[in-house]
Amino acid sequence: MMGAIWYWIVAAMLVAYVVLDGFDIGAGIVQLFISESEDDRQMVLRSIGPVWDGNEVWLIAGGGTLYFAFPLLYASAFSGFYLPLMIVLWLLILRGLGIELRMHVNLLVWREFFDGCFAFSSALLAIFFGAALANVIRGVPIGDDNFFFLPLWTNWRVGPNPGILDWYTVIGGFLALVALAVHGSLYVALKVERPLHDRAVRFARLLWPALVALTVVSLVATIAIRSSTLGNYTRYPVAFVIPLGVLASLAGILIYCRSERVKQAFQCSCAYLTLMLVGAAVGLYPALLPSSTDPARDITIAKALSGRYALSVGLIWWGLGILIAIGYFVFVYRMFSGKVRVEAGEGY
Amino acid sequence: MDALLLHRIHFAFTITYHYLFPQLTMGLALLIVALKTLAVTTNRPVYHDGARFWARVFGINFLFGVVTGVPMEFQFGTNWSQFSRVTGGVIGQPLAMEGVFSFFLESAFLGLFLFGERRLSKWGHWWAGFLVFLGSWISGFFIIVTDAWMQHPVAYTLLPDGRFELNSFTGLLFNPWALLQYAHNMSGAVITGAFVMSATGAYYLLEGRYTEYGRLFLRVGVTAGIVFSAIQIFPTGDLHGKYMARQQPVTTAAMEALFKSEIGAPLVIMGQPDVVHQRIDNPIVVNRLLSFLIYGTPTAEVRGLNDFPREDWPTNIPLLYYCYHIMAGLGTWFVLLMAVAAFLLWDGRLFRARWVLWPLMLSFPLPYIANTAGWMTAEIGRQPWLVYGLLRTQHGSSQNVTAGNTLFTLLGFMGMYALLSVLFVVLMFREIDHGPGKELGPPVESGAPVPAA
Repeated sequence: MMGAIWYWIVAAMLVAYVVLDGFDIGAGIVQLFISESEDDRQMVLRSIGPVWDGNEVWLIAGGGTLYFAFPLLYASAFSGFYLPLMIVLWLLILRGLGIELRMHVNLLVWREFFDGCFAFSSALLAIFFGAALANVIRGVPIGDDNFFFLPLWTNWRVGPNPGILDWYTVIGGFLALVALAVHGSLYVALKVERPLHDRAVRFARLLWPALVALTVVSLVATIAIRSSTLGNYTRYPVAFVIPLGVLASLAGILIYCRSERVKQAFQCSCAYLTLMLVGAAVGLYPALLPSSTDPARDITIAKALSGRYALSVGLIWWGLGILIAIGYFVFVYRMFSGKVRVEAGEGY
Repeated sequence: MDALLLHRIHFAFTITYHYLFPQLTMGLALLIVALKTLAVTTNRPVYHDGARFWARVFGINFLFGVVTGVPMEFQFGTNWSQFSRVTGGVIGQPLAMEGVFSFFLESAFLGLFLFGERRLSKWGHWWAGFLVFLGSWISGFFIIVTDAWMQHPVAYTLLPDGRFELNSFTGLLFNPWALLQYAHNMSGAVITGAFVMSATGAYYLLEGRYTEYGRLFLRVGVTAGIVFSAIQIFPTGDLHGKYMARQQPVTTAAMEALFKSEIGAPLVIMGQPDVVHQRIDNPIVVNRLLSFLIYGTPTAEVRGLNDFPREDWPTNIPLLYYCYHIMAGLGTWFVLLMAVAAFLLWDGRLFRARWVLWPLMLSFPLPYIANTAGWMTAEIGRQPWLVYGLLRTQHGSSQNVTAGNTLFTLLGFMGMYALLSVLFVVLMFREIDHGPGKELGPPVESGAPVPAA
């Protein structure tokens, strides 16, 4: 029971991270495509400026909670995915610099450099996060000692000894790239005035067919390479509402984009990301990290769970802390609600 | 280089670099709250602009602290996976709490503090600044709790498979080591903030620019500087040292380069430890002072390294000795300099005393060195243990991550941080050059020359 609670707590924190920081990353991916002027770029940055750092905290807090609740998973997965994680850390550094330093020096080369940092790191972050999730679903060659080490790539095939990147995880990476680009476009559209608003909506619509195609391909590929992900679904058929919800939210994105109800379209995009992740979590449960060689070596909740006392205390402070944190988020998003404008002198 | 050494350098390099930023932001946060309080209670523009200036500096430092801080948590898992596996049941707790209680708070209100002054009331903005301060100090607390548990493990049960389980939440959070270390560390952070603020003020006065702000920064910086430089030595440093001498006597012996147990042990002020021949070259010592400092009586016996098995000695005794002596020596300089400056401030002569403004300006890097040396004393002194007395360093690193991969990412971080350093220096020089705002017209001090319009 305790294990299930913490499994869903960590999953919820990662979902919060993807939905919230997802639109920051998405804004980074699309900013070069939808901006036509310096003012446009500033507006994109202003739309995420006061919130991106708080959104990124969900990753840090989620990682800390993972360490706390499932130390073995934290130890095994983080060391096993050593190289991609380090690259993600470097990209997060570049992304933070790209967002925050751009406006500090009024030189065209300086601004373009950081625009480039922001776009490059955001796109690669999306690809790496998607590939990471695909790695977890595909499974990794866990040894007897519960540890493994994956190179970045081997022969690009999904076999017993895969690399971080193979054809399946590359699909996952591109899916994440497109999904977050759509997500970010819709968020930017919500926050800015025309004509940038129109270009952002148009860009989301342009990507929509690719998003649908990649979603379907990835679902089919997942079943093909790892049919056991269906286990929980056949056991509890009610879970099939999740993929149905995914399709409905995909449809919603297009329908609301067409009728210019961007807020609803953005909400559909949030629902899409949430349901995709929840669907994956349902498919994995109760494994945390499946083995690609032998199901007995899966790192499961039972194997990795922390001590009961610590987890019980944790429930109290976590519940309290997250309530307060949600309060902050509501407060901050209200303070910065509405459209952003380019005007001098906001902030320092 | 073997993998273990590379994992150690990897963590040491990234944490040392990272802590250059939080030590300033934590210290500065307190001083900004002080400036904001002056600003909202008096409504004088110089306080408002001064607070805004330091908020800008804070913002840049906070950004660098965030981007270099994210890798720290991840490295527990990537480079120290065996350590994480066995200790997650205990120190996962404070690390998760740091994220939940501190980072959300800081990030939420930093945005409001930096971008929201027009959207908030005067006191609303004060609260945003205060909550950023609170968040950064909570963050420091949870990190210290984590480190203190490694220094002085408490509140745990050791399971047969080698894992540690927490058995007392309050025991962990109120580890006596943590409370002492926290007080000493936070006071050290305020010293960094106070010296940076004083140095900036001194620079403005020496250069004759932004002089009204220069005087304000000196008043706030020197006041905080003398108070916290004193607190740093007594009581926080004194108590921490005494507690350490009882809990980690072999570390204390190595820090002081006391090779043989002695009744009435001397304090080595200077000298070079020679571990091979177990002696100090060119020593300058004060007889019986070490016994007095630790036990309150000059005749007490202090145990030397000869009382402990060699495999429990800290692995790099000369480095530990130097770190400790550099920290203590600089701490003494801080008190002396700030005492002179505070006296002149009180006496009304500081702003014209160039012979004091010069050392104040030049001393701003020293608290960074002292804080770094202090942390190195703590961490090198803990060796050869990761968890003192329970888990040796060699058993904690990631066995599945090879030396080649570790060196690759270490070099990557070095390159990345070289870029960061260049950007940081450029940005800080620009901020200080731009100054706290427009020159506020003629200085208000009577008798000062009125600049041409």
